[in-house]
Amino acid sequence: MKSLLRIQAIFYKELTQLSRDRMTFGMVIMIPLIELMLFGYAINTNIRDIPVGVVDHSQTSLSRVLTQTISATKVVTFTEQFINIKEAQAAIASARIRAVFIIPSDVEKRMVRHQSVGLESHPSSDEETSRPIGQWIIDGSDTMIASAIKGLRTMPLTELMSQPANRNTPTFEMTLLYNPEQRTVVNIVPGLVGVILTMTMIMFTSAAIVRERERGNLEMLITTPIHPMELMIGKIIPYIFIGALQVIIILGLGHFIFNTPINGDLGDLAAITLLFILASLTLGLVLSTIAQTQLQSMQMTVFILMPSILLSGFMFPYEGMPEAAQYIAEALPATHYMRLVRGVVLRDVEIFDMAPDITWLALFTIGGLIAASLRFKKRLD
Amino acid sequence: MSQYAIQATQLSRHFGDLKAINELDLQVKKGSIYGFLGPNGCGKTTAIRMLTGLLKPTSGEIDVLGYKLPQDSAKLRFLIGYMTQKFSLYDDLTVKENLKFIAKIYGLSHREQTQRITELLGIYGLDNKVNQLAGKMSGGQRQRLALAAATLHKPELLFLDEPTSAVDPENRRDFWETLFDLCNHGTTILVSTHYMDEAERCHKLAILEDGIKRADGTPDELMNNMGAHVIEVDTDSPRQLKQQLVALPDVITAAQLGSRLRVLIKNSVSEPIEFLTQQPSILPTNALEIVRPSLEDVFVTCTGEGRQ
Repeated sequence: MKSLLRIQAIFYKELTQLSRDRMTFGMVIMIPLIELMLFGYAINTNIRDIPVGVVDHSQTSLSRVLTQTISATKVVTFTEQFINIKEAQAAIASARIRAVFIIPSDVEKRMVRHQSVGLESHPSSDEETSRPIGQWIIDGSDTMIASAIKGLRTMPLTELMSQPANRNTPTFEMTLLYNPEQRTVVNIVPGLVGVILTMTMIMFTSAAIVRERERGNLEMLITTPIHPMELMIGKIIPYIFIGALQVIIILGLGHFIFNTPINGDLGDLAAITLLFILASLTLGLVLSTIAQTQLQSMQMTVFILMPSILLSGFMFPYEGMPEAAQYIAEALPATHYMRLVRGVVLRDVEIFDMAPDITWLALFTIGGLIAASLRFKKRLD
Repeated sequence: MSQYAIQATQLSRHFGDLKAINELDLQVKKGSIYGFLGPNGCGKTTAIRMLTGLLKPTSGEIDVLGYKLPQDSAKLRFLIGYMTQKFSLYDDLTVKENLKFIAKIYGLSHREQTQRITELLGIYGLDNKVNQLAGKMSGGQRQRLALAAATLHKPELLFLDEPTSAVDPENRRDFWETLFDLCNHGTTILVSTHYMDEAERCHKLAILEDGIKRADGTPDELMNNMGAHVIEVDTDSPRQLKQQLVALPDVITAAQLGSRLRVLIKNSVSEPIEFLTQQPSILPTNALEIVRPSLEDVFVTCTGEGRQ
């Protein structure tokens, strides 16, 4: 009973302080808003309108129609014409353009014989017919841009010849579940919840105890009958509400602005999110018992945040990482939450099927709370 | 029940090579005000932190209100109050919010909280500052708030670490009045200070230097048993005279007070006036007078030994 009163005292004090700290309060709202806009609008892995140049050795009407057809795909935009390849390469080096399209002088002859326009199949061993129509020289340093342009390798030229394409039967039939339009934002928005929560939850709590130490409040607190566990719990409860508020902002606005689906059960979503918030908060508390100043606690937050963004599967698929990186990723709460939140929001997964991730988050929270309480001594030495 | 609130024997605390407190023996009677007098860095705060259970002693025994420290420090929490040297309440909470917070931490019921806070606001003259942020108040007001918070749970024993270092003389007087009120109601108070006038108000005090207790007793005892004579010399050129006198081995120190020079002479000199008149630097026109030692003289005499 007395213990509850003390937790409530800390909780209420923390809320009052937070309500006076307008900057922090603003950040609680602004960080998810800004990040949502950035990732929703600005970050797109479906790249369009890449600036490219053209070197036209044939100078025929066909070559002009060919470039127009390529422009129509919207993948690239022809911004410059070059006399020779050397000039074009200089333009690539200076990053004015990302690639150059070279049209050979015999483009008409190649076109007629090319299998993408002919109705009949030519034996691919026939060297004459298997020659490509033109060549792309691409700045390969950015793999995303390179692969976007590489996508043009087998583009159909149906409209160009007003002939039906040489339709090949695909080897495999592909069906895309959950995100059939292949919009990046669908995968980003639920993942963003994990990143924002990692950032704000760890940052706030890691600063929370350190701030009391820096301002001298801790010296007073430890002479009172308060128990370390009561202090820890009282300090993290306000941030659970803040975390919940941020989740509502991200998923709610994501749903209305970017039309990202929320397919799963809201109760499941609340449960896994609460678990992740608790795990992040206790991680922050552990950091706060290590850091001596608020600056140090901030640095440690960044130290955790970077792998949480890069290794959690938020930006790059977990499966593509080397084994060592996967081990690190497995240790981070963000990785497990990323799987859970995408599972619930996008795929309406049964959460009991995600038991390993849930177990890890629960164990992490309990372990963290114990570690933080043990490390926080009611002494100054 | 013991008549002592605090008993410490051979108390030491080392920080690496530094002996912050070295073999301190201490006995504080219940219901008295006990002072720690000493310069900055002499170990006052370290001693208080050990006596409140915040620091573990390197060696030695502590008994506070019948509890052994540091083992029983948790049980002692409700019985002691501690006012830190630096203001340690929340700057971004109001007076009332701070007191309310402390009241809840000590587990007061809702009615007790309201009653006790109203009472404290009256005692410490904070009635009209109830909704002011602690960070926006003056040094004197903050110190009164800190004392209110430290005494909210009516502790039997109160520790005050340099409570008046950020307070003007007027407020210091009032502050000491409230301390005597508390003492009158049976609270034992241990206060550290580097002000002589404050130390003189204590029932008993210990002079600390470099972690060692140089002297202790009531202020009168200390002044009467001081191992030196105090002579005041009237002179036209106090600076030069001072330089010549302090060079003598029997002169402990000399301090200028306006046009007079206050000279401390070792007790081994039995006739201090004659001793001084024999000095060539003293002119026959200079008036010499034996005066009553002050606490400052005691302090200088005690701590001077350490420096030599």
